[in-house]
Amino acid sequence: MDKVMSNKKVIALYVLPALLLILAIVYIPIILTGYYGLMEWDGVSPMTFIGLDNYQLLLKDGEFWNSVQHSLFLAVVSALSLIAYLLVALVLSSQIKGSNLFRKIYLIPMLMSSVAVAQLWLKIYHPTNGVMNSMLNAIGIENPPLWLADTSIVLGAIFVPIIWQYAGFYILIYYAAFKNIPASLAEAARIDGASPWQIAIRIKLPLIAEVIKVTVVLAVVGSLKYFDLIYVMTGGGPNGASEVMASYMYHKAFRGFDFGYGSAIGFFLLIICLVFTWMIRKLTATKENIEYS
Amino acid sequence: MRKTLLSIVLVLAMLTVLAACGNNNKANTNTEDNAKVPANDGAKVEEPAAEVAEDVTINFMHLWPAGGSPTQNQIVKKIIEEYQTANTNVTIKTEELENEQYKNKLKVLSASNQLPDIGVTWAAGFLEPYVKGKRFAPLDDMLQGNLNGKFVAGTTDAYAIDGVTYALPLELNIVPVYYNKELFANNNLEVPQTYAEFKNVVKTLSDNGVAPIALGNKDRWTGSLWYMYLADRFGGPETLKSAIDRSGTFEDPALIDAAKEIQELVKMNGFNKGFNGLSNDEGKAEFMNEQAAMYMMGTWELPNYTTNPDVAQEFKDKIGFFKFPTIDGGKGDLNSWVGGPGVGLFVSEDSKVKDEAKKFVEFFVEKWGEHSITEAGVIPATKVDTSTIELNQMYIDLLNELSNASNLTLFADVQMKPVAAETHLNMIQALFGNAVTPEEFAKKHEEALSAGK
Repeated sequence: MDKVMSNKKVIALYVLPALLLILAIVYIPIILTGYYGLMEWDGVSPMTFIGLDNYQLLLKDGEFWNSVQHSLFLAVVSALSLIAYLLVALVLSSQIKGSNLFRKIYLIPMLMSSVAVAQLWLKIYHPTNGVMNSMLNAIGIENPPLWLADTSIVLGAIFVPIIWQYAGFYILIYYAAFKNIPASLAEAARIDGASPWQIAIRIKLPLIAEVIKVTVVLAVVGSLKYFDLIYVMTGGGPNGASEVMASYMYHKAFRGFDFGYGSAIGFFLLIICLVFTWMIRKLTATKENIEYS
Repeated sequence: MRKTLLSIVLVLAMLTVLAACGNNNKANTNTEDNAKVPANDGAKVEEPAAEVAEDVTINFMHLWPAGGSPTQNQIVKKIIEEYQTANTNVTIKTEELENEQYKNKLKVLSASNQLPDIGVTWAAGFLEPYVKGKRFAPLDDMLQGNLNGKFVAGTTDAYAIDGVTYALPLELNIVPVYYNKELFANNNLEVPQTYAEFKNVVKTLSDNGVAPIALGNKDRWTGSLWYMYLADRFGGPETLKSAIDRSGTFEDPALIDAAKEIQELVKMNGFNKGFNGLSNDEGKAEFMNEQAAMYMMGTWELPNYTTNPDVAQEFKDKIGFFKFPTIDGGKGDLNSWVGGPGVGLFVSEDSKVKDEAKKFVEFFVEKWGEHSITEAGVIPATKVDTSTIELNQMYIDLLNELSNASNLTLFADVQMKPVAAETHLNMIQALFGNAVTPEEFAKKHEEALSAGK
C-alpha cells in the first residue's frame, strides 16, 4: 500500500477530483471576479473594458469607506468578545455543576439559521411591540430608542445578535481545547502551590495559544465578510448606517445592476481579508511551540 | 508488479463507470426513438394534423409561491391545467420564488443566459437592461394580433422601449390612502379634502396618541409613494416625469417643496414610530392592528379589506379609501394617481420554444383577466366588464376612479434606471430620517439622474 501511495500518478489520481472542484468553485471564480472588476458591466448587456476605473472609483467612494469602517468595527468587536468566550469556556471546563447544560445552552443560537435569528431579533427590537421596548416602557422609560431606525445606534444594535449568534461556536472550540489539556499539568501546578488564576493564565492559556490564533483569524475574517443578519434585518439601512462591505457589494451589483463595480468591491474585500489574515498570523507568531509534553 | 496491477484495476474501474454512463444515454435515446415511431404511426392513422405537434416543455418562472400568494398560485395552476388539457403536447414547468428572491434569480439567470422561456418582469427601468441585452423577445405581433384592444389603454406603454413592447402587463395598480373609519370617527375627523385638512387630521390623531400613518420605510419604495404624491400635488404630473426623463430638473422648487413637506410630516409625528427600521409588512401590521389610522398602498392590498377570509369582517367594514388631497396653490389634480401596471410576462429571446411560449402567454393574459379580479382581487391590465361579474363595492369604486383618472404616474423607482433608482430609494430613507436637507435631496437626485445609469 505504501508503494502505491508513493506513486506520483496515483497521488495525482486521488487528489485530482478535489483539486478540480476547488478550482472550479473557488479559484476560477476569484480570478473571474478580478477580471469583471476591470469591466463596465450591467450583468446583461455586453461588457466593456475600462481598466482600473472601478478601483479608482472605489478609492474615492465615501459610502464604501463607511461600510469598510463598519466592517472593521465589527471585526474589532468580535475579536474582543473572544476574551469573554475564553472566560466562559474556562469556567465551564473546570468541573462546576451543570457545565454540561450551560455548554448546550450557549450552543443553541448557533444551531438556528441566520434568518431565524434575524426574525427573532427583529421582534425583540420592534419599536412599539418589541420585547426590548416593552421592558423599557415597563420600567418607566417613555421614549425608548428606536433600535433599527436610529442611524446612530443601529450598528451597535445589530452587532448584538451577530455576537450572540456565534458565541456558542467559539465557546465550544475553547471548551474542547481546555478539555484537551492533560489534567496532570494543572494538578502538578496546584501541588506546587499555584492559584487557579495562575494555572489559567500561565498554563492553560499558553497551551491553547494555537487555537486562540485560529479563532482570532476566524472571527476577524468572518466579520469582514459578514452579510446575512445585516441583509435580513436592516438591508444596510437606514441610509447606509449599517452597511458593511459585503452588503454594499450586494447592493451595487444586484440592486444597482453594476456588476463590474460589485466585482471590484468583492475583489477588494478578498484582498482586505488576506491582508488581515497575514497580519494576524505575523503578529501572533511565536518562535517556540509550547506543547503538552 | 502489484503497483501496475492496481493502477490497471483502477483505470478499468473508471472506464466501466464511464462506459456505463455512455451506454445508458444510448439506451435512453434508443427507447425514445422507439417510442416515437409507433406514436407517430398511430397519429397518422387517426389524425394527420397531430403529427406536427411535437412534445414541448415550456419553463415558466413566477413570483406567486403557494405560501406567500396562495390565491394567485391557484389561478396560475388552474390556467396551466386548462392549457395543458387543451394542448396535450405542451408541458409547462413552473418555478416559484418570492418577490426579492425572484428579482435576484432573474438577474443571475440572465447573466448566464439561462432565462426561463416565460417569466415575470416589471416595467420601464427594470425592463431596460434586459431589453438592451437582447434577452426579451419583442411581443408587438401579439398586441396587433389576438390581443388587440384587450388591454386598458396605455398600460402596455410602460413595457415598451423605443416603441417596441417587450412584455404584457397582468395587473394595474393605483395607490389610494386607506383609512380606518372608526379611528376617524372616534377623533371627530372627516375625510380630508385639502392638504391643510389632511395635516389637521395628522395633528389631531398624533395629539390623541394614535399613529396617524402606517409606514414601513425599510423597504424605501413605501416612502417614495408619499413623496411622489406630494411632488404631483405641488408641481403637477409633468414636473417629476420630466425631472426623471431629463427634460427638466430635480431642483425644481415643487420637488424641493415636496421634500420639505415630507420632513414636516415626520416632525409632526405623522408616521408610526421607528418606521425607517420597519419593513412594509411590519408597517402594514400597525394599520391592520388598528394602531395607525391611515395607510397608503397600491390596490394590491384590496383583498385584505374585502375578500381575504383571514381578515376579520369587522375590520374590513371599517376601512375606506380617499384620494390624496390637493394642495392650495399646487398644480396637481385630485384625479391624478400614482400607480401603473404591476408585473407583466416576458418571453425569452433565446427560448427554443418561442412560438409555443407566446401562444401560452396570450392564453394566460386573457384567462388571468377573468380569474384575477373575482378570485384574487387583483385589478387586471385587461379590460373588465363590471356589469357581468359580482364585485365588492370598494372594487367598483376604484375601477370607476380608474376610468376617471386624469393621469397615472408610474412609480419613481421603476421609472428610473437602476443606479439612479437606488439613489432615489436611499435618499427617500435619508429624507424621512432627517439625514439630508430637501436641497441636498434634490441635488443628489440631480447628480444620479444626470449620470444616466
